[in-house]
Amino acid sequence: MLAWTIYISFAAAAAMFLLKPDSRQGARVLALVAALAGLAVGLAGALQHAGGGLVTIQKYPWVPTVGAEYYLAADGISLTLVILTGLAAVVGILFSWNVELRTREFFAFYLALIGGVYGVFLSFDLLLLFVFYEIAIVPKYFLIAIWGSTRREYAAMKLALYSFIGSAMVLAGLVAAYVVSGAQTFNLVELAKYPFPASFQNWAFPLVFVGFAILAGLWPFHTWAPTGHSAAPTAASMLLAGVVMKLGAYGCLRVAMTLFPEGLATWRNAIAALAVVGIVYGALVSLTQRDFKFVIGYSSVSHMGFVLLGLMTLSTIGLSGAVLQMFSHGVIAGLLFGVVGRMVYDREHTRDLDELQGRRLSRTMPFAAVTFVVAGLASMGLPGFSGFVAELKVLIGAWQTFPKLAVIAGVGIVLGVAYTLRAVQKAFFSGDQEDVPGAVHGGHAHGESAITLPEKIGAVVLIATTVLIGLYPKLLLDWIVPSFASPLFDGLRKGGLL
Amino acid sequence: MTNGDYYQLLKLLAPEWTVVGTVLAILFADLQFWRNRSVAWRSAGAASILSLGFAAAAGLLIWKRAVTADLLGGTLVLSPTSQYVKLALLGLAIVTAWLCTEGEFTKHVGEFVALIALATAGMMFLVSTENLLMVFVALELVSLSLYVMTAFNKRSPRSAEAALKYFLFGGMAAAFTLFGFSFLYGLTGSIHLPTIAAKISWHAGDPLTLVAIVLVVAGFGFKIAAVPFHLWAPDAYEGAPAPAAAFIASGSKVASFFVLGKLLSVGLPGVGGSGAWKAFSPGWLAVVAILATASMIFGNLAALAQSSLRRLLAYSAIAHAGYALLAIIGGSQPALLYYAITYAVTSVGIFGVVAVVENRTGNEDIAGLAGLRERSFLLSVALSVFVLSLAGVPPLAGFFGKFYAFAAAAKLGSSLGYWWLVALALGASCVSLFYYLQVLKQVWVAPVPEGQGKVAGGWVVSILLALLALAVLVTGAAPELLIRFLK
Repeated sequence: MLAWTIYISFAAAAAMFLLKPDSRQGARVLALVAALAGLAVGLAGALQHAGGGLVTIQKYPWVPTVGAEYYLAADGISLTLVILTGLAAVVGILFSWNVELRTREFFAFYLALIGGVYGVFLSFDLLLLFVFYEIAIVPKYFLIAIWGSTRREYAAMKLALYSFIGSAMVLAGLVAAYVVSGAQTFNLVELAKYPFPASFQNWAFPLVFVGFAILAGLWPFHTWAPTGHSAAPTAASMLLAGVVMKLGAYGCLRVAMTLFPEGLATWRNAIAALAVVGIVYGALVSLTQRDFKFVIGYSSVSHMGFVLLGLMTLSTIGLSGAVLQMFSHGVIAGLLFGVVGRMVYDREHTRDLDELQGRRLSRTMPFAAVTFVVAGLASMGLPGFSGFVAELKVLIGAWQTFPKLAVIAGVGIVLGVAYTLRAVQKAFFSGDQEDVPGAVHGGHAHGESAITLPEKIGAVVLIATTVLIGLYPKLLLDWIVPSFASPLFDGLRKGGLL
Repeated sequence: MTNGDYYQLLKLLAPEWTVVGTVLAILFADLQFWRNRSVAWRSAGAASILSLGFAAAAGLLIWKRAVTADLLGGTLVLSPTSQYVKLALLGLAIVTAWLCTEGEFTKHVGEFVALIALATAGMMFLVSTENLLMVFVALELVSLSLYVMTAFNKRSPRSAEAALKYFLFGGMAAAFTLFGFSFLYGLTGSIHLPTIAAKISWHAGDPLTLVAIVLVVAGFGFKIAAVPFHLWAPDAYEGAPAPAAAFIASGSKVASFFVLGKLLSVGLPGVGGSGAWKAFSPGWLAVVAILATASMIFGNLAALAQSSLRRLLAYSAIAHAGYALLAIIGGSQPALLYYAITYAVTSVGIFGVVAVVENRTGNEDIAGLAGLRERSFLLSVALSVFVLSLAGVPPLAGFFGKFYAFAAAAKLGSSLGYWWLVALALGASCVSLFYYLQVLKQVWVAPVPEGQGKVAGGWVVSILLALLALAVLVTGAAPELLIRFLK
């Protein structure tokens, strides 16, 4: 049943072209219906598979010549991320209700991207997973290059090349694992059982891990993220930060770490260190940005650092914290980008914090201000929001294994408070609009429309989600934690790593 | 040799006879009945006759698809695989013939279409022999037809220049090939590939063997446009009439790769040497590995700098020759054929789009594709499918082709074989994404130029392009559909 998330998305993407070229409303409605259907299927499937164990969804021979199967399955980690994808897809469409330029194609690319993402989260055949992983690259390019803003073609190409280089590294590792195992299969569960020689793991692990981690924004391979996020149209930024970066982290956990546990043991400290550098570096850079979207872009790098750090803790608490952080950051970053990209930028036509300073947007768009403050609080990791639970779990896990790094990562959280408050203050609460000469804000006075209903719904849904998970994380943890008991992680357990 | 053998030969060669008959029928109809018709009419007529004749030949091939035969000491060797490869060649030729209806580059269109058919006949003989002499003769039939086709646009100096370059390099390459064959004959006393295979290993370390290998590989390196034998390709792709370029890029590639693969793996298995990392030893594997390396690096880097669409395709073809050589190194015939056939389908499709766009707009640059999305949705989608397939994006055929070839090369027994070559190929693919996206950027991102109307090809060409795009998608998403015919 969960497989329909993939099919619905791709079918709707194709169906866009059956609409008349100028039918904007039709395209929006079709996209929303498809995304809602995807989310509904995801939720229903998730409830069906409650328990978090590994469940096969579909399994057919696909390319028997090389032993690849069309093997879709899900465990609690996949389910969590499938639901996140569904949520992000729906809200992203609500936040791009105002796309007037080539609406049909916009939603076609958008849904194709969503379909690819669902596919990655549900594939347990490595070749199939890789196929979906790559399918997601091309729509990203077009979404940014056509509908983007600042330096869109540059940012789109940069993102596409980074993704492609990462996936080439992954493919190299997968082919090598396939050849060395000699098992004539890409079945992840089978391959994870194979004891690869340690010398092989020591170079295959970093290859595959870094290949995926490029997309997760691992420092120093993160530079595509801020430029890509800022240039992308709102919905695409929401997806990039909300879901696409999780593809990378998911790949690290699902593929690199399960296949090559000994390689992981070798490289663990180095990667944890990089993750912490990412946390602090992202926060520091975010603190000095003038472009509002860059602030959020770098904050994503920082928050994804927690995911990677959580993965390296290799304890159930840290790992489940990492997965929870993927979900949490997906929701919160989506919200932040929604406010900045849709509510502020589309109305004020600037994202320059120095220009916004003095417009006191909290008066002209109170809803945006409130939403951003709430999202900001969630992003800082205030108790009661999902970010708190997730980052706390990661820090506890890190404390057990890397106490020094945990302290530094804690500094990152403090910096997170600083850059968020700075952005909130500059964008929404400084200056007095009455004092500003009419000539300056005359430009936006006429273009300023009230926050629309779709935006409000989208924002409320995301806020509700982060609060719900913040107050009752067990909802997701009940799926996530048992997943680590599956045979996939036997390699880690045998090595005494989990 | 008895009369029975000749009768057998005639029967087995029925598809080839049909193709040759088609050549004559086209020439006859064009000369006898259509002299006073318009060029457009005559090209459609000639393409129709070719399609009918080739459909009949394809029918014969499918009817006798399970045949295996080895006649006259390897002169005619048929196997199910060779029959399927011939089917693919016929299909590519049909599409190429219909491309002649896009644009009037000559008044003698009947002869041009007849040459397509003649070249196809040559390719069919080429893939069904294990005899060196026959290989050479068939190769020359193909080459001569293609030289003439390249030169066919008499109004264009570039066409003449392209043909001259193609011809001079080709003549040289043919001489190399023949010279190499003569050494092989001198060493083994045979022109029959399996016999050569049995005897050549006695001369494994012999410098003369290496000279023979280098000469033979050089000759075929020219046909597949591998660096450093690629110099003709950009000019030929740019100057030749679109159908000629399409056929050079598709049918000719399939046949040449098939024969090169067979020559090396059937004829010279004992003298492969090795090109594995830190274990280089002289032999054809080492030579081919060097050729592949040079082609992938040079083709991709040179393609980055192109502004002409056809030159870009030429350099991309050079790079793809490098990737396909990996399948030869991996010793996997299905991987090689899958790669070559899907690549050929993609190429002929791209040239179809190029032919239509150039014919309607007269612009040969990548920038000439600007805003194609508004001007022809079908062409835009088809071109995107083809270009993304070349870039190796799944679920299109180009991805699985690369994967299959790379996996073959990476596997040496049960350990990692040519991993350095595979790593290089993957890196090269990343570079290639940049220039392929430049093409798609024009189609989907660039603003629509003012005063440019719709672009549309004839309905047959449109249908064929749609089918080709569909084929690229289907064989990519379900590779087994094609692979099971190639084993």
